[in-house]
Amino acid sequence: MVGITSYGLHIPRYRMSRKTISAAMGWLSAATLPGEKAVANYDEDTVTMAVAAGMDCLRGLQRENVNGLYFATTTSPYLERQGAGIIATALDLGANVRIADFAHSTKAGTTALIAACEAISSGGAGCVLLCASDCRLGKAGSVQEQAYGDAAAAVLLGKDKVIATLEACYSVSYDFIGTWRAAGENFERSLEDRFIQDEGYNKFIPEAISALLKKCALSIKDFAKVIYPCIHPRAHAALARRLGLEPAQIQDPLFTSVGDTGVVSPLLMLLAALEEAKAGDKLLVASYGNGGDALFFQVTDEITRITNRSKIKRSLDLKKELTSYEKYVSFRNVLPIEKGMRGEEYESYFTPIMRQWRERRAILALCGSRCRRCGTPQYPPQRVCVKPHCGAIDEMEPYRFSDKRGRLFTYTVDNLAYSPSPPQIYGVIDFEGGGRYWFDLTDCDPDSLKTGMLVEMTFRRKYVDRGRGIHTYFWKAIPARV
Amino acid sequence: MAEGIKDKVAIIGMGCTKFGELWDKSAEDLIVEAFKEAIEDAGIERKDIQAAWLGSHLDDISLGRGVLMFSTTLKLPFIPVTRTENFCATGTEALRGACYAVASGAYDVVLALGVEKLKDIGYAGLRESGNLNMEGTLGRFTSPNRTAPGAYAMMATAYFAKYGLAPEEGKRTLAKISSKSHHNGTLNPKAHLRREVSVEEIMNAPIIAWPLGLYDCCGVSDGAAAAILTRADLAKRFRPDPVYIKAAQIAATSGEELLYTEYDYAHVETTYRAGLAAYREAGINNPRQELSLMETHDCFSINELTQYEDLGISPRGKAKEDVDAGFFNLDGPLPNQADGGLKCFGHPIGASGLRMAYEIYKQVQGKAGPRQIKNPKLGLTHNMGGTPPSSVVAVCILGV
Repeated sequence: MVGITSYGLHIPRYRMSRKTISAAMGWLSAATLPGEKAVANYDEDTVTMAVAAGMDCLRGLQRENVNGLYFATTTSPYLERQGAGIIATALDLGANVRIADFAHSTKAGTTALIAACEAISSGGAGCVLLCASDCRLGKAGSVQEQAYGDAAAAVLLGKDKVIATLEACYSVSYDFIGTWRAAGENFERSLEDRFIQDEGYNKFIPEAISALLKKCALSIKDFAKVIYPCIHPRAHAALARRLGLEPAQIQDPLFTSVGDTGVVSPLLMLLAALEEAKAGDKLLVASYGNGGDALFFQVTDEITRITNRSKIKRSLDLKKELTSYEKYVSFRNVLPIEKGMRGEEYESYFTPIMRQWRERRAILALCGSRCRRCGTPQYPPQRVCVKPHCGAIDEMEPYRFSDKRGRLFTYTVDNLAYSPSPPQIYGVIDFEGGGRYWFDLTDCDPDSLKTGMLVEMTFRRKYVDRGRGIHTYFWKAIPARV
Repeated sequence: MAEGIKDKVAIIGMGCTKFGELWDKSAEDLIVEAFKEAIEDAGIERKDIQAAWLGSHLDDISLGRGVLMFSTTLKLPFIPVTRTENFCATGTEALRGACYAVASGAYDVVLALGVEKLKDIGYAGLRESGNLNMEGTLGRFTSPNRTAPGAYAMMATAYFAKYGLAPEEGKRTLAKISSKSHHNGTLNPKAHLRREVSVEEIMNAPIIAWPLGLYDCCGVSDGAAAAILTRADLAKRFRPDPVYIKAAQIAATSGEELLYTEYDYAHVETTYRAGLAAYREAGINNPRQELSLMETHDCFSINELTQYEDLGISPRGKAKEDVDAGFFNLDGPLPNQADGGLKCFGHPIGASGLRMAYEIYKQVQGKAGPRQIKNPKLGLTHNMGGTPPSSVVAVCILGV
């Protein structure tokens, strides 16, 4: 049977209390939702978060087996340039993977999952990695601004060692306009919430679930967990009653800890359910957005093979509160900040796009070289070996650094360099197994840094060249999390 | 073994503008000013110059690319003119090119001139594009978003860690280095920064890039400097006190400091290598004893500290003791930055290497005014481009 063989996720380090938003924007809108939401750092977007989830999912696995990469999002940084292409390159998957973006609806994540499983069932693919990621924007003072959180989830789908098989699915599709964003617009629009709930959310999810249950001759009581996204806590609870769920069956939608994460929500909740599941459990997943998908997963004995089953908890615990609303809106480029002439020049200086194309594996996959003669790993890839007294010419093989950890050899906290979130921090990293280069550091506090500390690599946006419409990406170091 | 450059070439005239934030002067003005002083000092006319070398780092804010604005500004009469660029070692590259041309016998009288109009950048510090270019176009993607102070601050972090200095202790040593240069700067009417600054003031200044503060960083300045060179055997026809070039060496990174894990980031390998080569060329065995003064590349205080060790003046990890003892003060055994150094004379990139030579030249001739040191014979200039793990260093030795 086809199903999930591995999973990964990324919840950004920053969390913002919804009270922080109310304190800033309460003069405009009195509504306050409970809890906090996950906020992408200034150097994160849907692509970088998807790569982080993908890296988490593939840790310890052979990437050569992955022959499909699907990317689901409603907030891709590009309209033309495939997000899946950037992600597949960053994950060093090679050119022979079939890639696709699933977009434009918050149900795109489950739709991509179904498509991947069907491709595998039909023999069209052996193993597909699905990365779902969203980073949606609400206007200042809107309910969406409070509700939406940023996160990414990844599942590896295949036939071998499946931890949860996709037994059946059912989809309903409607051109329902509840929330929408036209091309060229940054912010979502929304109709009255009563209309959205009565005509959309409360109808599509039950419709898809009922049809799936009927198709499988099952009752909702047969499921250990029922997973469906939360667009508003009260609406989520009301729908649980409508579906006839026992409290133990309701999967926490992570609304008060991460937020409504769009395409990611049903998948992230599924991962949370898998972390608690035991062999034999049945899981029901539903998505919402221009209709909805319902999916029936059966947890297998292989679930016990997964040793690292506290990813959600660990990610939720690894957090830093973002106390400044102004910083949040600056990160999202809603509030134009003074970058100074230095910052302006940094971002608008020539971006050699052809060079990125030629050296995409070095830049996007952090792939260097290793000397076949002396074994020295080196970054960026060299043709002449850098080791003193070796100097072999053209005896290199590719060597990937993105999944290697390293030690912070030296560093500085720079107040002069431009950063959208000063101070700019960078240092020299000595990789385990060899290799040295200097990198920006992110997701860390200056006071926490020490020479010799363990770091790992994370894919981040380097800068946006707005004059040329180019989002550039590279790898940064962060304090090791595991 | 090549016989080297020692005593084949002499400097017979030099000029140097005041350095500083010269809002009312263009690069062309500075060129003319330095040139005029140099030819008057040499007692020659413009038409006597047979070839010229220009040192200029940034092309988009000084003179543009190439040499055309340089030759046009001075109305050089259809002679060979070459532009050199090697980051902050650019000025010494111009001097070295001119020196080798004379030594080869191709020309008898040549000009080396360095200029930079740094304050036309439009913001504090060095030009962003200079950083972005340092690792070629690939660096635009892969290099951290760093500044010069940051790249050198990492040397302070590594140095403090390697030799077990608490930040307070390390910063105090660095502060003494800067305070000494500030004192010397007050004695130099051409210096950019001419104010005494105490060790305490330096230590409490705002941090630019941890652990370096404001006074650990040199001045960012406009300025120009020039030298007239001729064959050693012709030199005394021009003046009784020419200054001879004893060594002109330069070392560029092999890449191993940044890319291979052996480099300790607590010294500068190119400084060490260029120093060794220069001492060999000049026949110096004990630089601590034989040198009378130095002008080293103190773009950041930590760079000066490590230079003492790399140039063989102080043992590894012990430069602090010499700094504490005032060894490099104006009244010490081996004064460094008698003119204020990059720290206070200022650092118009293309001019700096020639400005260092200017100070040795004036000191050796006994014309350094209130900062004159006693009877100097041999001076060293050390001019560094790039960052500690990826650099080019020129070392020249000049004297009688």
